[in-house]
Amino acid sequence: MIELHELTKRYGAQVAVDRLSLRVEAGHTLVLLGGSGCGKTTTLKMINRLVEPTSGEVRIEGRDASSMPPHELRRRIGYAFQAVGLFPHMTVAENVGVTPSLLGWERERIRARVAGLLERVELPPAEYAERLPGELSGGQQQRVGIARALAAEPELLLLDEPFGALDPLTRDRLQRWFRELRRELGVTVVFVTHDMVEALIVGDRIAVMREGRLVQLGAPRELLENPADDYVSELLETPRRQSRVLEDLLGARRE
Amino acid sequence: MRAVSEQLALLPGYLTAHLQLALVALLVGTAASVPLGVWVTRRRALESGVLGVASVIQTIPSLALLAIMVPALGALGAITASAFGLELRSIGYLPAIVALTLYSVLPILRNTVTGIDGVDPALVEAARGVGMTDRQRLVQVELPLALPVIVAGVRTAAVWVVGTATLSTPVGATSLGNYIFSGLQTRNTTAVLVGCVAAAGLAMALDQTIRLLEAGAAARDRRRLALAAAILAALYGYTAVSFAAGRAGPAAEHPVRIGAKAFTEQYILTELMALQLERQTGLASERVSSLGSTVAFDALRGGDLDVYVDYSGTIFATIMKRDAQGVGRAEVLESVEGFLRDEHGIVHAGALGFQNTYALGMSAARSRELGVRRIGQLGAVAPRLEIGGDYEFFQRAEWKALVAAYGLAFRRERSMDPALMYEAVRTGDVDVISAFSTDGRIVAYDIVLLEDERGVIPPYDAMILVSPGLAERSPAALGALRGLAGLLDEATMQRLNLAVDRDKRGPAEVAREFLESSVAR
Repeated sequence: MIELHELTKRYGAQVAVDRLSLRVEAGHTLVLLGGSGCGKTTTLKMINRLVEPTSGEVRIEGRDASSMPPHELRRRIGYAFQAVGLFPHMTVAENVGVTPSLLGWERERIRARVAGLLERVELPPAEYAERLPGELSGGQQQRVGIARALAAEPELLLLDEPFGALDPLTRDRLQRWFRELRRELGVTVVFVTHDMVEALIVGDRIAVMREGRLVQLGAPRELLENPADDYVSELLETPRRQSRVLEDLLGARRE
Repeated sequence: MRAVSEQLALLPGYLTAHLQLALVALLVGTAASVPLGVWVTRRRALESGVLGVASVIQTIPSLALLAIMVPALGALGAITASAFGLELRSIGYLPAIVALTLYSVLPILRNTVTGIDGVDPALVEAARGVGMTDRQRLVQVELPLALPVIVAGVRTAAVWVVGTATLSTPVGATSLGNYIFSGLQTRNTTAVLVGCVAAAGLAMALDQTIRLLEAGAAARDRRRLALAAAILAALYGYTAVSFAAGRAGPAAEHPVRIGAKAFTEQYILTELMALQLERQTGLASERVSSLGSTVAFDALRGGDLDVYVDYSGTIFATIMKRDAQGVGRAEVLESVEGFLRDEHGIVHAGALGFQNTYALGMSAARSRELGVRRIGQLGAVAPRLEIGGDYEFFQRAEWKALVAAYGLAFRRERSMDPALMYEAVRTGDVDVISAFSTDGRIVAYDIVLLEDERGVIPPYDAMILVSPGLAERSPAALGALRGLAGLLDEATMQRLNLAVDRDKRGPAEVAREFLESSVAR
């Protein structure tokens, strides 16, 4: 379980995140949803202290995140992002095993964990473990990125638009795959996206952000039935509006 | 062919010395520049300052940087000697290594910074995200990824350092430059070519080896990396062994260090003194060739040289800063001797007998044509003429005195290598040159020396100068050197110089022949 309390980030006079408070129950997935510049990524990065908060507090399992050195905190939190950032000079196996080896796991335990995870992300280790990231497709790289984030058995997984740079087919496949995966793993997830459909597919709850503030927080159904304001209702309308346009276009063609 | 094999016999010694200079400078340069580069990337505010200083060092002409090290180390040595009892050698290996190391800094430093800055920000974020500390991020991600760029910088530095190391010769460090400097002075084209080819070959070999390392690093190819590392390890191993062997000799009986400035006469005199010492006292000598003019004096004063030949007028004008106009030959010699003894403890073992004076020379034909026999007659025609001088001539007090006394204003003043001046006046490229009166080519090329009727140019008696250390340590050596006094007149010195310059005979051979004939007499 993680709790954000009055979390704030200012850059000079500009307020990126403004007194944000929310909590995510263990095993749940919270989506931070909003347009560019709404503060969702900054919020996510304050959780593992890639960005240091100006004020406010992050508590993970009741413990203040600022009470331990940042690198130790990050070893307990999985992190994957849109650019993936696989280390090009390390093999797939070395990339996945990086946090466990920083934690000083034994070689055999790392090997077994990496092999298990590669199976899980549907990249058979016999074929992929010794490859270099440059030899993989974008979708495969992103799955390795998620395996790397999961490698040290973290309590919490932070994902920043992990599927944002992929083609629509691959994205669709990975979104469905991810739903399965998190159900199996039971890990707590904070997932940043600007894509309404993605938010609906992966999220247990959705936090809509705008200009650094939390606009509404609730289950997808609650948001659909009870939008807090025009911004939220318009945001939620987009997928339906798009599908209506599609139906019209396809219908017109059929006639 | 014999000329080539004669030169090639010197190659192992020169090549080893050159390799020592280049490899040590590169190793120290890399060991200093990579951490400095990393540090700069962590403290952005310092980047422009540190890179700026490195760039300024790079813009100092390499020969000047090497020459500056001699007085700089001399001053530093005085401090360390009084503070810690640590003596620094201000000529030879140390100044060359320091200057070459400084020279290697910029390319390595700049490429380290560029390489680390060039690491994809996503990878830096990923490294932080997976829980690496700053140091782990540097060692496991940034440095491995920047490695090809850093190695490319080392490669650039290697080529520069190998090339620049040829300029270590004038500060007293043996290098392939010995071929080039002495070859240019004695007009031995073979020596110059051997030196250039060897330096270029070494630069290319080192460049290719590091290129292999670079390609191996970029492709993460362990085989190529291992091969390049093995070659470099072998080179460094050889350097270390040869260095140790050089130092392992009988340290107590260290050889007499004889210095030579960079011209033929000095090479012959060096050999003459070495031979005399060996015959009379059995002492071995070490020749430190092709030194810059004031480098030699500073080195003798500082105890890095034991003996060399300088000229009374040079010391009178450039070191004592006195005006020699109207001062007689004996008087100058006497006051220089007194000055050296009182101010620096340097012992004058005797004047060799000849003067090697600055003189204005013209081809005999040109002199007849213009009707100029004396410098006084030159003033009127000078605005139509060009004068060639050695590198220092137009900066020297003698030239300024000549200009003032005779009202000389030439159409053009051209600095050139002294070895080329005589050729230039013979072919008419210049009309007048600053000749050295003992140069054999004066006779050979039919050059007329103009009379200095007002006695502006001071006398230049060749004086054997002995360091306080040697005079104290070995009275026998001092005695042997005194034995050379008065042995050479101007005509003889011209003849010996000509034997080397025109007849391409070795200075050692010429010196031995002369000493044997004069002893027989």
